[in-house]
Amino acid sequence: MAVGVKVVNRPGSLAQQTYLPAIAEGLGVTFRHFVKNFFGNVTGQRKKTDIATIEYPEEKKAYPERNRGLHRLMLRDDGQVRCVACMMCPTVCPAHCITIVPEEAPDGRIEKRPMIFEIDELRCVVCGLCVEACPCDAIRMDTLDHAKPTYRRGDAILDKEELMSRGVQSTAVQGGVGAFWREQVAGKPQTPPAGEVVPAGAPHGPTPLADHGHK
Amino acid sequence: MEYGSLGFQALAATIKIVFMILGFLMPLASILTWMERRESAMMQDRLGPNRANIGPFKLWGITHFMADAVKFLFKEDFIPPKAHKFLFMWAPIMAMAPALIVAAIIPFGAPLCWGEMTEKVGLGGACANPVNLQIAQLDVGLLFYFAISSLAVYGATLAGWASHNKWAMMGGLRATSQMMSYEVTMGMAVLGSFLVYGTLEPGAIADQQTHIINFGHYHSSWGIFLQPAGFILFLTAAIAETKRTPFDIPEGEPEIIGYFVEYSGLRFGMFFLGEFLEIVVSSAIMITIFFGGWHMGGTVDGFLAHVPNIWIFPKSLLFSLLTLVIWSIKVFVFCGFQLMIRWSLPRFRSDQLMRLGWQRLLPISIANVVATALVVLWAQQ
Repeated sequence: MAVGVKVVNRPGSLAQQTYLPAIAEGLGVTFRHFVKNFFGNVTGQRKKTDIATIEYPEEKKAYPERNRGLHRLMLRDDGQVRCVACMMCPTVCPAHCITIVPEEAPDGRIEKRPMIFEIDELRCVVCGLCVEACPCDAIRMDTLDHAKPTYRRGDAILDKEELMSRGVQSTAVQGGVGAFWREQVAGKPQTPPAGEVVPAGAPHGPTPLADHGHK
Repeated sequence: MEYGSLGFQALAATIKIVFMILGFLMPLASILTWMERRESAMMQDRLGPNRANIGPFKLWGITHFMADAVKFLFKEDFIPPKAHKFLFMWAPIMAMAPALIVAAIIPFGAPLCWGEMTEKVGLGGACANPVNLQIAQLDVGLLFYFAISSLAVYGATLAGWASHNKWAMMGGLRATSQMMSYEVTMGMAVLGSFLVYGTLEPGAIADQQTHIINFGHYHSSWGIFLQPAGFILFLTAAIAETKRTPFDIPEGEPEIIGYFVEYSGLRFGMFFLGEFLEIVVSSAIMITIFFGGWHMGGTVDGFLAHVPNIWIFPKSLLFSLLTLVIWSIKVFVFCGFQLMIRWSLPRFRSDQLMRLGWQRLLPISIANVVATALVVLWAQQ
């Protein structure tokens, strides 16, 4: 069975059929852009041109505020690592890029801390699940930076010191307060619990309640 | 050396050939490869390639063409195992050589007045012993242009056939049909100019166009004003001959890559450069026929003719150099215009291309020839 073909007749005016006015108009558009961008660029007035190019190594476009980027490890009030080596993040990590070797914390207030904390930025898929999983606000990806290119693969594995170098003290509750901290601090300001090692002169962070309200 | 002797002619021709190829065609075509990318970027609100530099000399990235050449040199020169080796190697030369050969008939400046260099300038046949800035003065002129530029189709066809690749084959076939179709229109379009100027010799055609517009003595005006339809037809056909968008069916980047799909390294570079050489040469031909060659209107020519002898440079040489500069600027601007067309217009489909060539342009070009003939006949009586 033959397929019916419906011929649509679109004659148009003679000017349309020759294409010439349309071609001239199109050339006019491109020529206007060319002149504006060319002379703006030659005379060094990039701002006045329409050029949208960002010349990357010299110019950088800021990442949005909620960008997930390079990891960092947050710090306790005394400058130690916040991580308590609970192994949540290596468990949840779909790329298995986090390696944690725990050790006993000398502090006494918390059980463990990471002896080794390494993230292989080449394997990381930047999903942010480690940040979601962390109960201590120890790992974050809010550096507004990205993993740096390296010449050797080994250089892309960031160790604890490297990760902590970008860290700051968090306003979240830090570990070592005890299981019943809510009840404990209901009416009174938090005091450091008794322990063998108390960092000398380190100011304690804000109260958990105040911080709770802040969140 | 005596003027007009064989040795004199051979020496002059050699100097002109070396200048034309090494001093003008190849540098301009090379720079066009960079300019096309930069100009298209500017038209599309981008920056384009601006990084290449030699030490501190950056010059807006103009040295990109050198980087490209170096890259071409160091790439693997791959020949497909089942390709026809000889033709595969011969095709890029066939694609590139015609553009260089055709340049022989283009007049690129005012003639030098041999023997009276310090007294006269080569304007309006003032010289007793002129040395024309034109490699070959052929009376068949434009016919030579058509004869040689038709050979360029062999480059594309042989490349497509010798590659032993079905996409290349289709590209070669498309190139054949397209170039043969548009050569007809091209020849017809120039016939009008031939009727007006009464000669096919490009130098003589250019020498007649001494004024931009001259109503009293009509065939001393630029060809664009005497043959506007012929110019548009010739321009369209010339762009189709260079196989570039909007007539890039043989290359067909989105569909078949084209007749040079199997080529790499410097062999591909020759196709690439040959395409830009064709742009330069077709621009130069159009400048010669339709925009007065090296003439810039009676006023400017007359003004430049008063150039004095400066230091060791006689006035005839200086005048020729000035006209050479005028001619170069015209060719350069026209090349830029061709690049602009390539980046402004959408491409044709293969059947639209054929319909445009045979059913639109060819009848119009024949009508143009008939109309021109009638007007010339009427004007002569």
